[in-house]
Amino acid sequence: MVAIADKAVQSRSRFKFILDRPKVLGPIFVAPAILYVLVLVGLPFLLAVYYSVSAYTIYTQSYHFVGLRNFIDIFHSQIFRQTLANTFIFTIGSQIIGLILGKFGALVLLRPFRGRKLVRALIVLPWAVPVALATVAWEWMFDSLYSVINWTLVALHIINRSEAPNWLGNPHLAMLCVIVVNAWRFFPFAIVIFLAGITAVPQDIIDASIVDGAGFWRRNYQIIVPIIAPIVVVGLIFGTVFTFTDLSVVYLLTNGGPVNATQVLGNLGFQIGIQSGDVAHGAAVSLIMLPVLFVLVILMLRFIRRREI
Amino acid sequence: MAAVITDDIVKQFEGTTAVNGISLSVADSEFMVLLGPSGCGKTTLLRIICGLEKQTAGDIVIGGNVVNDLPPRARGVAMMFQSYGLYPHYKVRDNIAFPLRTQRVPSAVIKSKVDWAAELLGITDLLDRRPRQLSGGERQRVALARALVREPTVLLLDEPLSNLDAKLRASARNEIKQFQQRVGTTTIYVTHDQVEAMGMGDRIAVIDHGQVRQIGTPTAIYDDPADRFVATFVGSPPMNIIAWNDGYLGFRPENLLPREMIDGGDVTEFSYHVDRWEYLGSERIVYGKLSGVEAAHEVTAKLPPAHVSMESIRPGEKHAFGVRNNMICYFNRDGARAHRH
Amino acid sequence: MPGIARTIGRETGFYSAVAFFVILAAFPFYWMLITAFKTNADLYDLSNIPFWFNDPPTLDHVKYLFEQTEFARWLLNSAIIGVCVVAITLVTAIPAGYSLTRMAGRSGEALGIGIFLTYLVPPTLLFLPLSRIITVLGLQDSMWSLVLIYPTFTIPFCTWLLMGFFKAIPIEVEEAAIVDGCSIFGAFIKMVLPLSMPAILTVVIFTFTLTLQEFVYALTFISSTAQKTITLGVATDLVRGDIYFWGELMAGALIASVPVAIAYNLFLDRFISGITGGAIK
Repeated sequence: MVAIADKAVQSRSRFKFILDRPKVLGPIFVAPAILYVLVLVGLPFLLAVYYSVSAYTIYTQSYHFVGLRNFIDIFHSQIFRQTLANTFIFTIGSQIIGLILGKFGALVLLRPFRGRKLVRALIVLPWAVPVALATVAWEWMFDSLYSVINWTLVALHIINRSEAPNWLGNPHLAMLCVIVVNAWRFFPFAIVIFLAGITAVPQDIIDASIVDGAGFWRRNYQIIVPIIAPIVVVGLIFGTVFTFTDLSVVYLLTNGGPVNATQVLGNLGFQIGIQSGDVAHGAAVSLIMLPVLFVLVILMLRFIRRREI
Repeated sequence: MAAVITDDIVKQFEGTTAVNGISLSVADSEFMVLLGPSGCGKTTLLRIICGLEKQTAGDIVIGGNVVNDLPPRARGVAMMFQSYGLYPHYKVRDNIAFPLRTQRVPSAVIKSKVDWAAELLGITDLLDRRPRQLSGGERQRVALARALVREPTVLLLDEPLSNLDAKLRASARNEIKQFQQRVGTTTIYVTHDQVEAMGMGDRIAVIDHGQVRQIGTPTAIYDDPADRFVATFVGSPPMNIIAWNDGYLGFRPENLLPREMIDGGDVTEFSYHVDRWEYLGSERIVYGKLSGVEAAHEVTAKLPPAHVSMESIRPGEKHAFGVRNNMICYFNRDGARAHRH
Repeated sequence: MPGIARTIGRETGFYSAVAFFVILAAFPFYWMLITAFKTNADLYDLSNIPFWFNDPPTLDHVKYLFEQTEFARWLLNSAIIGVCVVAITLVTAIPAGYSLTRMAGRSGEALGIGIFLTYLVPPTLLFLPLSRIITVLGLQDSMWSLVLIYPTFTIPFCTWLLMGFFKAIPIEVEEAAIVDGCSIFGAFIKMVLPLSMPAILTVVIFTFTLTLQEFVYALTFISSTAQKTITLGVATDLVRGDIYFWGELMAGALIASVPVAIAYNLFLDRFISGITGGAIK
């Protein structure tokens, strides 16, 4: 028999029980993750801020401090101002469309029906598949000559072959295209979020509202929406952050064209900072994204707290 | 087997004080019950003794050694949790064997000890099942087997019966008490159920708001409570408390009887206005008010079934009742027990 | 019979809505699918009906992909990157998630949210300084730069996911193990890990799909064909001059999309409950 009591050790030999002490083990467990984040996210972030107030390009690698000159430069640029406006239009447009599609899609998928599993698998595809690959498919669908959309419109006699729009070549249509592709990418996620929220509403609340005489619209907007609002807002903020800072859709479909009609901040930062090598101005462009993100994060933190109840 | 001493243990959590200076000593092989309402600190104290929590101040001494800085596995304690804490991914056999495996006991020895513990608790035929296939009572026995298998110096139990059906509870109570007497391990048992405490404990420590109100044998706790809290916490229905002179007067329901049932003269008499009564088979509980006396609750009387003139105790009427003077407890205004009129 | 008419009307309306969403979501993939297997003659003839095959389907594009492009190499690259990033993420995020759930108390919750927030820091902000750092480290134009950088977003997200799963394990099981003779570390290895296997599997799959989907860092750090990931390669390399090889492009996109689509569908419920914190089952 192992006489454990005999092993009661003097408090001096602390190392024996080091794996028992949360105050030691806790930090050791968390350290690698925190290290990774500090070195490869925190540090670059500070570096980006520094670049934006320096004169650094890959040709003249000078860390010379220039104050806010880079920011002034870009605000004087008409291209930048248009880019800023485009980014907002792009984000707001695709989020709104995505949300509406998401809300109604969730209602459709709410109740079980035959084939629902398959339907759900198909509806999730735009979100599941890599953005770049799906965007390339859309690029093909919008092709100036062979667009299937145009073919269908012509076949249905809505337009003539000569009137067939050049989707990606026309400034207004191009903006519409990138918005549509992004909304298309976002709406399955919105459906998932709405479904999660709606199914989390306790059935007794819904039943009580029916007994109390609430019709479909009142039930929806006065009872259900307030309850699912926190989780929906969290999803919306995710979507908005990723859309506002996006590069992939615009880069692949239009590369910001035609003539900067679809240029967005992410893509502009890429063109200036990486492709042209003007790191300082590129960083300034990217940093403009920050204030918007900051506001969104604050909103999200408030809603996350409410959700956890 | 060893004695356990808690010396002025204090435990604070971020602003609240859960344990506020508790000192008690448990003798070798004693069955000590920590009794108190939810949130009184009894479970916290148990966990401190076990080593799962670290006290803010004070010492824990087990078998003569100060164990403050030792983790549970070096203290020689075993614990049975409220929800048993069985390992869901192990079979029963491996659940019971686990404490021995961590001590690197050779497998042949492990096998014989597991069989011994299983037989002790009558679960030998459950050894190859998994926890999710067991009933509540079976799980409880497995948890106990696991706790006993390494013959700990101290056995700690945290409300182990609270998840069982009422019927099972009585037989489980009996089983646990019998094991403890057979095996002789020093045991500390936490509960909020005063019936369990009275039925199982060699001694009971009544705890409220992080402090000990009284430590004593069941008899002492019941017949000689140290204050109003102990007096009303133990006993069902609770002791009747009425305002009296400068303090309070208390007597148990079973001592409030119709005047004619008490012989002798050393009796305090009351005029008892009966509101209603309940027939519970083995006893009758009468609810009512005493004339000329202030009481916070209804005054109850517990009458034995054989009382002949039960029919004469009619609701809505006043009756002459009384309490033997040596059954009366007096309390000061602050609740402490006073020993005179 | 107005009741029946109304019911039929409602049913039709309902299934039309279902059809609308399915077509909206899936048509581009259908288009991807048939383009991949249509002959070029069929593809580029405007007088054909594009919705089905006019010439019989062909494997030419797929063959071209594997024989005349670096497609196979890209698949290999992505696989290696995926495995390495999953390994790094597991080793980092699992202990971190456990520590923040069990060992850190109130500040643990705050730290967890803090780590999670770094997931939102956009790549289009970080790619500039990171590309400088990558160059300094000599990893420019190498797929190993991605192995280094991808964990910066997989670790935060997976730590947060795992925190949610660890919270659901009853702490009594770990405490019983501790009383029975384990150290906290021992209880973590012997109790928490085996009981978290479903969650860990989810994290593996999710991390792998995250690495496959990533585009911005790949685009920024890698330029030579042989080092590209599957997503980057298909999206940028299958263009010769100004000519898009649509058949090959769609075939490549299709092959690269299939594993991710399958993984998402198998694990969708788990992902959702992880993201929503287990609010729904």
